[in-house]
Amino acid sequence: MRHVISVLVENEFGVLARVSGLFSGRGFNIESLCVAETLDPTISAMTIVTRGSEAILEQILKQLNKLINVIKVVDFEEVEHVSREMVLVKVNATERNREEVLRMAEIFRGRVIDVSPRTYTIEITGTEEKIKAFLTLVKPLGIKELVRTGQIAMIRGEKIIQVKDRESKGGEND
Amino acid sequence: MKKNGAQIFVEALKMEGVDTIFCYPGGAVLHITDALYGADINQVLVRHEQGAVHAADGYARASGRVGVALVTSGPGATNTVTGIASAYMDSVPIVVFSGQVATMLIGNDAFQEADIVGITRPCTKHNYLVNDVKDLARITKQAFYIARSGRPGPVLVDIPKDVSAAMTEFKYPDKVHIRGYQPTYAGHPGQIKRAVKQILSAKRPVLYTGGGIITSDASDELLAFAEALSLPVTNTLMGLGGFPGNHPQFLGMLGMHGTYASNHAVMQSDVLIAVGARFDDRATGRTDVFAQHAKIIHVDIDPTSISKNIRVDIPIVGDAKHVLKKMLEVTEDEKAALKEYKQNIKEWLAQIGDWKKSYPLGYTRDGTLKPQYVIERVYELTKGKAIIATEVGQNQMWAAQFFKYLKPRSIITSGGLGTMGYGFPAAIGAQAAHPDALVINIAGDGSIQMNIQELATAVQYGLPVKVIILNNGCLGMVRQWQELFYAKRYSISKFECSPNFVKLAEAYGAVGYEIEDEKEVDKVLKKAFTNGKPTFIDVHINPDEGVYPMVPAGAPLNEMLLV
Repeated sequence: MRHVISVLVENEFGVLARVSGLFSGRGFNIESLCVAETLDPTISAMTIVTRGSEAILEQILKQLNKLINVIKVVDFEEVEHVSREMVLVKVNATERNREEVLRMAEIFRGRVIDVSPRTYTIEITGTEEKIKAFLTLVKPLGIKELVRTGQIAMIRGEKIIQVKDRESKGGEND
Repeated sequence: MKKNGAQIFVEALKMEGVDTIFCYPGGAVLHITDALYGADINQVLVRHEQGAVHAADGYARASGRVGVALVTSGPGATNTVTGIASAYMDSVPIVVFSGQVATMLIGNDAFQEADIVGITRPCTKHNYLVNDVKDLARITKQAFYIARSGRPGPVLVDIPKDVSAAMTEFKYPDKVHIRGYQPTYAGHPGQIKRAVKQILSAKRPVLYTGGGIITSDASDELLAFAEALSLPVTNTLMGLGGFPGNHPQFLGMLGMHGTYASNHAVMQSDVLIAVGARFDDRATGRTDVFAQHAKIIHVDIDPTSISKNIRVDIPIVGDAKHVLKKMLEVTEDEKAALKEYKQNIKEWLAQIGDWKKSYPLGYTRDGTLKPQYVIERVYELTKGKAIIATEVGQNQMWAAQFFKYLKPRSIITSGGLGTMGYGFPAAIGAQAAHPDALVINIAGDGSIQMNIQELATAVQYGLPVKVIILNNGCLGMVRQWQELFYAKRYSISKFECSPNFVKLAEAYGAVGYEIEDEKEVDKVLKKAFTNGKPTFIDVHINPDEGVYPMVPAGAPLNEMLLV
């Protein structure tokens, strides 16, 4: 199962190493990891996309919670959420396919952010499915390079991921 | 009042009630050792940094207080890693302070620089690099709190040399608040009720307890609960002493070298109650058939331990002491159900009684010097009133099987990491915590040579640890596996050369004895236990003796080799 997890951590040096070390040390898989400061500058939010059986996911969530610098962990599997990823794609732009590339970018509401005589660099933002569809269509035209941010996610609606200060991170039934 | 980092360190230790620290100095901690000069804290100079950490660990296990070690940067710090990892695996509260090169040099590959925070990240509960002297008091307070609370564990605090010299206003915080760390102590009342209901419906219940009983000081609660429900009790290696080893309900240790009764009882149980144990592979054997007919209740303060190796039916996150007390209260309210339950388990208890009678732990007395006999004599002569440290290997298993641990904190052993060389420095730490206790390290001739330098520490500080070397001239446990599973190809496991341990002890200024015959055992042990000095007893055991019963690695718990 593929899961998107949000991890709120203390915005301190070494915390990223603790989280990534936890995954590598226990053989857990990271598909993507995205981290930056939140509204509260003492807290950073990580969005981690990971894959594993139900038992492994349970361990990942518990082990993350066990880290002293981790303030809160939310598995987006359990809540309605929106997620986005941004990619930069450098595509071959030959005489023959320049028009086609531009049309694709337009259909997917991408933006050309850099142009050279033989390439376009396109910025695309969207859900995982949208990005997958775009890349499938552009691939035959010749992708020279691809950089992705990894997914970020947020709960749908008014609800937010909040840090209640006295909250027990507790266990399964607390 | 303004103080420098080193003085703050010393004041902080005093505020934490630290009475003993195990140290090895060096360039990066010279400010700190200077501030310790004449301070009212026992300072034990060990002979190797690994020894310092094991000693702090032994001190912590024997006393229940946080153990403290102080080492220098670079090699001083890297030498602590095995000690820290051992404490981590066994949930032992220690705080290790390491010196670090000055902040402006960090990252420059400076002399005696090592990224010890990076190196120990996966084997500490938490660790810190102190960048600013203003943070030192808060970090020290947090370090002690994290080490001893929740599921305890080692914390490392790395202090750069300029930080220990820098001045700031000293104020020790009176409270700790870490928003990402709030351990759960009280078990969920609903889960506790469910658990008790499950137990009362059992026909074949077993209570399986581990080191968590000792950590949470829950042995009285465990005894009361087990007696109220007539539960058969088995212990993990770490759990020994948590339940009286001479109690009629006690089955002995379970697992790879567990008793027949323990392993069969667990495998045939219909309700297995695990408290403060973590289903380690040495305890469970093959996991897919482990207690497969049982509903499993698991009480543990660490949520990650639950359903990690074995799927649990009723998880209870909480402190063993608290949960056992509540479980007993709930049980006592169920008078009718309890009465019926007692009827229902009669047959099971009779079955277990049969197993205990038919397959007790044993060995053959054949006139040769048997290690099991030596341990039995240690138990009889001390009447169980001793702190037993062990090394790792056959010596550890014989010590676990043939000594009856009557009280918590009476066995000090590296269970999780299985660190050879642990026992002797840990025994020194235990002796420092309990100067009047009889502290005995059960060792092998392999393990004792891994931290033998600490004999000088024991002599210098008059810590009269007794080391019983079960000497078989080889790495016995390795040899046993080679005998059983590698067609007796004894590869790289025989010591062709060993020191004369008696002379070696004497060279250090300690006492050395030798035992070559069964008949000498009592006489020599009595002499050793009363001489008031650090003592090596070199016991020439029958080298062919193995540890049995044994469950081969990966086999189900009830497929045991009995001899």
